[in-house]
Amino acid sequence: MSGRPLTCEEVIEQLFDYLDRELDGQQAADIERHLHRCRDCFTRAEFEKRLRARVAATGTAEAPPRLRRRIRDLIDRFDDEDDATR
Amino acid sequence: MSLAQPITRAPLPGPAIRQRDAPGVAMTERPPGERRQWFAQRLEPLMDRLYGTALRLTRDPDDAEDIVAEAVAKAWARLNELRDPRRFEGWLFHILTNAFISDWRRRQSRPQRPMDPEAPSPDELDICHFTLFQQLHQPFLLWWGNLEEQFFQNLLEEDLQRAIDALPDAFRVAIVLVEVQGYTYEEVSRLLGIPLGTVRSRLSRGRGLLQKMLWQQAREAGVIADHRADTHPGEGGQQP
Repeated sequence: MSGRPLTCEEVIEQLFDYLDRELDGQQAADIERHLHRCRDCFTRAEFEKRLRARVAATGTAEAPPRLRRRIRDLIDRFDDEDDATR
Repeated sequence: MSLAQPITRAPLPGPAIRQRDAPGVAMTERPPGERRQWFAQRLEPLMDRLYGTALRLTRDPDDAEDIVAEAVAKAWARLNELRDPRRFEGWLFHILTNAFISDWRRRQSRPQRPMDPEAPSPDELDICHFTLFQQLHQPFLLWWGNLEEQFFQNLLEEDLQRAIDALPDAFRVAIVLVEVQGYTYEEVSRLLGIPLGTVRSRLSRGRGLLQKMLWQQAREAGVIADHRADTHPGEGGQQP
């Protein structure tokens, strides 16, 4: 545990580093300790996490049938002996 | 108040920059006849995420398909480099990312295509400090609920995609690499060949701009304005 509890300003300043998992274990624990006891910062963190989850979900989109056919054709042309062992 | 769940990278396609040092059974140890079937089986459940990620990176369905096909072909050609087959997913997404970055750099180097400005425009100067939360959050309960919840309930997938796609390339790519693909800042720095500070700057500005666009979309759709009329004048954040 670090010596001094974080202020709200310090937590908000580091919030995206925390959400992006850029902080070391001690720094993340300090943030989490603050979030335990500060409703405002907790609410803000939950909002940003929720928005991040929605952004992350945009990285999934149904692959069009045309692309699936293209990949199947590509794989059909793969030559095990010539390519995979090269 | 419950404690936020610990953040893990588990659901994300793990960056594979350190892939080559991973232990495991090399693909060379598999009989040649099994490799194609093994490859196809591992690839199939990843197709929607490969395409979705490529689509967010390129913004163009045709380009996204090309990038996915290129990544699949490269992955097959380099399958023997995959030392640990359990890392196939992260390895493949890393190839996809590199395929996109190579193509992106080629396009940027063409003189007829203007590069995204790196310097902020006057309107963009305060973007880093814009937060959707500050616009929406009410310190008191409203009779109909709260604006944050209202915002998320009305945030359509296509609206979010449109806002992400409208970001300048440099901002969008940084956000997709970090928030969609789960790369660390250091990995993004290496992938794009830019300083760590630039990664942070692009993320910060990109997030601010994205949130501002989502705020504007919500206002234009009437999601926010209708309810703000129910609050007392001067309360509940800024009103342009």
